This record gives sequence, C-alpha cells and structure tokens, in this order.
Amino acid sequence: MAEERKIVIELQNVRREFHVGSEVVKALRGVSFKIYEGEFVTIMGTSGSGKSTLLNQLGCLDTPTSGEYILDGVPVKKMRRRERAVLRNRKIGFIFQNYNLLAKTTAVENVELPLMYNSAYSAKQRREAAIEALKAVGLGDRLEHKSNQMSGGQMQRVAIARALVNNPAVILADEATGNLDTRTSFEILVLFQELHRQGRTIIFVTHNPEIAQYSSRNIVLRDGKIREDVENHNILSAADALAALPKQED
Amino acid sequence: MNFANLLKVAITAIMSNKSRTLLSTLGIIIGVAAVITMMAIGQGSKDSIRKELSKMGTNLINIRPGGDMRGGVRLDPSAMQTLKMADVEAIQNEAKLITHISPEVTASGQVIYGAKNTNTTVYGESTEYLSIKLWEIKDGDCFTEEDIKKSSKVCVVGTTIVEELFGDKNYDAVGKTIRFKSIPFRIVGILKSKGYNSWGMDQDNVMIAPYTTVMKRIAAQTFFSNINVSAVKEELSDDAIEELTTILRRTHKIKEGGDDDFTIRSQQEMMETMSSTMTTLQTVLVVAAAFSLLVAGIGIMNIMLVSVTERTKEIGLRMSVGARGIDISRQFLLESIMISLSGGVIGVGLGYLLSGLAQMIGFPATVPLWSVLVSFGVCALIGLLFGYIPAHKAATMDPIEALRYE
Repeated sequence: MAEERKIVIELQNVRREFHVGSEVVKALRGVSFKIYEGEFVTIMGTSGSGKSTLLNQLGCLDTPTSGEYILDGVPVKKMRRRERAVLRNRKIGFIFQNYNLLAKTTAVENVELPLMYNSAYSAKQRREAAIEALKAVGLGDRLEHKSNQMSGGQMQRVAIARALVNNPAVILADEATGNLDTRTSFEILVLFQELHRQGRTIIFVTHNPEIAQYSSRNIVLRDGKIREDVENHNILSAADALAALPKQED
Repeated sequence: MNFANLLKVAITAIMSNKSRTLLSTLGIIIGVAAVITMMAIGQGSKDSIRKELSKMGTNLINIRPGGDMRGGVRLDPSAMQTLKMADVEAIQNEAKLITHISPEVTASGQVIYGAKNTNTTVYGESTEYLSIKLWEIKDGDCFTEEDIKKSSKVCVVGTTIVEELFGDKNYDAVGKTIRFKSIPFRIVGILKSKGYNSWGMDQDNVMIAPYTTVMKRIAAQTFFSNINVSAVKEELSDDAIEELTTILRRTHKIKEGGDDDFTIRSQQEMMETMSSTMTTLQTVLVVAAAFSLLVAGIGIMNIMLVSVTERTKEIGLRMSVGARGIDISRQFLLESIMISLSGGVIGVGLGYLLSGLAQMIGFPATVPLWSVLVSFGVCALIGLLFGYIPAHKAATMDPIEALRYE
C-alpha cells in the first residue's frame, strides 16, 4: 500500500552545521524521513530542537551540510541559489506565523506575487488563479481589500491562498496559527484539514502539541534528531472542535 | 519578473513614500534645473551674438595688419603701417569674389555743435561702407565719390550724436555743420538707428566721413587701420579670403614660405571666436552643476539603502516565493532610476521656468532640446550607478535572515 504512494519529500541523513565563531553548532544530526503525497504532517519540537533549521531545509532556503534532500524528485543539495529560487516558486507554498503580506497591497495582488516570478503566467491568468485561490480559502468577497483592512484570520487566509496559487507539491506552514486566537486558529485548522482532504501535502511546523491531533502524522524533533515519527489513525475534526468552543460573548 | 510587473512594483513603492521620495529627489531637481538654465542662458547668449553679428553683414570680411617681426621684435599689429591705398586698388581691380570694399581709418574725439558736445569715433570710409555694414540712411544721403576725391569735410552721423548735439534724435540735422577736433563737418545724412549691440556698445554713436578726409585732415596718416570688404556670398567667404591673401601677399612682396603681415577674418570666424568664449563659460557652469548632480546621486543611494533595510522582510518574502537575486536587484534598480528620472522631469520643468524668468529680466535664454535629452540620460545613469550598491545589497540577502528580520 505504502509503495504505491508518491514520495514528495525524502530526507537522507541530512545534517546541517553552523559555525558560530570557533564553535560548530550541529542543528541537524542526521535526519531521514519520507513524506508521501497527501499527507498532513506536523513537525514538533521545542525551541533549539532544529525545527527551524529543518523547515529551512524543506523550504529550499538552505542546503544540507551533508546528506541529501529530494523534493518532488529533484535533489536539492547541489543546487545553486538561483535554481533553488525557481524550485521554491514552482514546488513550495510558504505560510508564515506573521502572514508576511505586502503592506498597502490588495488581497489579489498579494496572492498573485508568486506567479509574478513565473513568466509562464500572463497578467490575466495570474489574476484568475489568484481569485480562484482566494475563493478556495473563503475570501471571494474580500478580493480588493488591502492587507491593513483585514483581521489576522483573514490575513492568514490570504497567505494560505498565496501558498496555494502556484499549485505547489508541498505546503510549508511555520506556526501558522501562532499569532491567532483559539477560535481563529481552529478556523484556520479547518481550512488545513479541508486542503488535506483535497489531497494536498502539508507540513505544519509547530510547538503546539494540540495541533498534532488534527494531522495525519506527527514527527517530533529533539536535539537535531527525530525522536518520534507516528501516524495518527484517529484524526480529530477541527470543525467539531470549533463548534464545541464556547460562543463569543461580544 | 517582467518589466511591466517591475514597473508596477517600483511605482507602488515610490507612491507609498511620496514625501520622502520628493525630498530625496530635491538634489536632482536643483541640479538638473541649474544645468538646463545654464545651458539656456549660454545658448541664448550665443544666439543673440550671432544675430548681432549677422546684422553687421554675414558676408563681411575684415583685413587687419598683422604683427610683424622687426629685428626679432614682434610689433603691435595696430602700429603696422602695411595697409596702403595700393592694396585697396589691387583688390578693387583683381578680386572677383568681392562686391564692396571700404578702407578704414578711425579717430576718436569730441564733436561740438553750438554749446553742446559729445565724444565719438569718426570712421573714415568709402561710399561702399554702408552697404558692407548694412547701414541704412534715414535722412539725407551718403557722401559721394566726388567727396572722397576732394577730401570734403562732410559726414554721416548716427542718431545718438543727433540727440546729444541737437537735443532730439529725430531732429533733421542734415545741412548743419558740426566740429570734430575743430574741423567743421557738414552733415549730409543721418543713419537709421541700430541700437546697442550685445556687448553693450552704442552702435549709433558714430560719425562716418570720407576716408581721405580722415586720413589727411584728422589722423594725418597714409595707411589704413583695416579694410572691410564683403564677399559675393556668405558661402564664398573662405574662397574670397584665399583670393585676398594671394593679392595682398603679392602687393606686400612676401616671399614664398614667409609669414603674412596681415590677418583676414570673416564674420563667420568672428562668430566662432565669440561663441567659443561663451562655450568655455558655459562648460565651467555646467561642470559645477554636474557636481551637484553627483551629490544628488549620493542622496539617492542613501535613501535607497534605507529603503532596502526597511523592506528586508519584503525581500525575504519575495525570495521565499521564488524571486531570484536578479529579480530583487532589478526591482531596486528600477526604483532608483525612476526616483532619479522623476527628479529629472521636475528639474527640466523648473529649468524651463527659470529660463523663462531669466528671459523676462533681460537675459537671452533658449533651452536647447539636446540639453533636456542629456539631462534625462544623466538622471537615468545616476539612478543606475547609485542604485547599484543598494540593489546589490538587497539581492545578496540571505532569505532566512531577511524573513527573520524585525
């Protein structure tokens, strides 16, 4: 069964070392795993566990000191800066904790951004794709709203639409609910589960253990090594959790 | 990213910081406006000199005695007594490219009429002088060949002299007798006014008499201070000069290989001499203005560096969604070029305005089109050069660091 599934991400004994002064900091000490298409993986760990370093590796923002990272069939280690930029543009959708939307820019323009760097898209196609992505995250009525006219939850939805617009092989979310209140966090989790149901591959990096209950697999990192890697056969529904929340009083 | 998208991003960035952009372009605006105004005044002055000189006749050729070596001493050209009547006759008889000729003897001094007097210069000329210098007679007539033969004490005067001696420049002074250095001259004609020339000389303060009269009765000399001739056509000036040179070398018995003892210059050359002085002045001013543009460029670099630092996070985001270094550097380069160019546009506008003002207070000023084009070119270049360092800084950022930047 597992053999039939397509491998999107494969890490082979990835190590990453940093030189801080005369000291060598080993942030990743040999990490290996495979992520298959359609998985919703949470990567957890306390700060200093190598979580951020792993995310940078997965996002092709950095390359391993040793080992190999294969993203959607493409080995990344030997790639140059410029090539990795193009690879990010085509295969990865980033979602950040603080949304990282362009200021004074409309939702549509923010979502169009990744396609701006892909010459295969015309201005018209770009806009159409952006509108479609915004509809998919439930913001079809907020197309021309500027980033400073939206709530945190709406801004994160725009960011998710931006991550979807290039139809990436994998969506990388970095503490995507970290800045949101409980209710809005669940709303965003509902959206992630919806994307998961549609067959998207999602990696959600977080230090919040609660979120692991809503994903299909959980990887726990400690001191640059994988301590735990378990599939979740009892995925909770974020929509149920949202409905169970006490109603807001105001 | 393609150019249209880059342009949109640059415009958005500039518009979101209007007042800062305007302040940072102030240097460019002032620099460009200064260059345009300098150019306009320089060009205007050149044009007005050219117009002035052409009023004197564009086919005018002037022959002067040249400096000569006597026993190893180079003599002052004006002291040379080389231009004689024989030269004038030879030219009259032989030169084919010459229409008019007038030998010239001048003397300065006081003219008196009744109780009034003024200072002027008397020009001893032939009857053809008025045709050469494009003078026109307002009242009366010019003196005649007969007057020249007889060295008659007659003269033609400019309106300034009429005004000074008779109290009214429109006074019909024909027939009156005025005295120059105690010699009585009967006025036979009054010249039409030419006004002041561009170097401030009153062209109407003039008295023209037969050259024979001035030579014998005033200057007491047998040589001419210079000879004015007019060429058949302006285009034939150079050929005429060649012809005159051949004639004068023969009459002056100058051996082959020997230096000319005279100088012949066409109006064309005189114009060029005057223009070249203006050009030097203009160059100095423009160089000064160019330095201000250099300073302005540094201002733009400064503001772009601030802008890059401010937008570190945006750069990180753009890189994470797939912008290559070259996309980022193009974005910032275009932005700095646009800032610089928009300063250039405003500067050119201001330059036109200042040139207009200069014209209103009496400076001749015309903005040459090429100076506008050069200004735009220079502005684009400044944006490119001084935008390079900030753009490079942005393009080489580490996306991880940039995303983490607060």
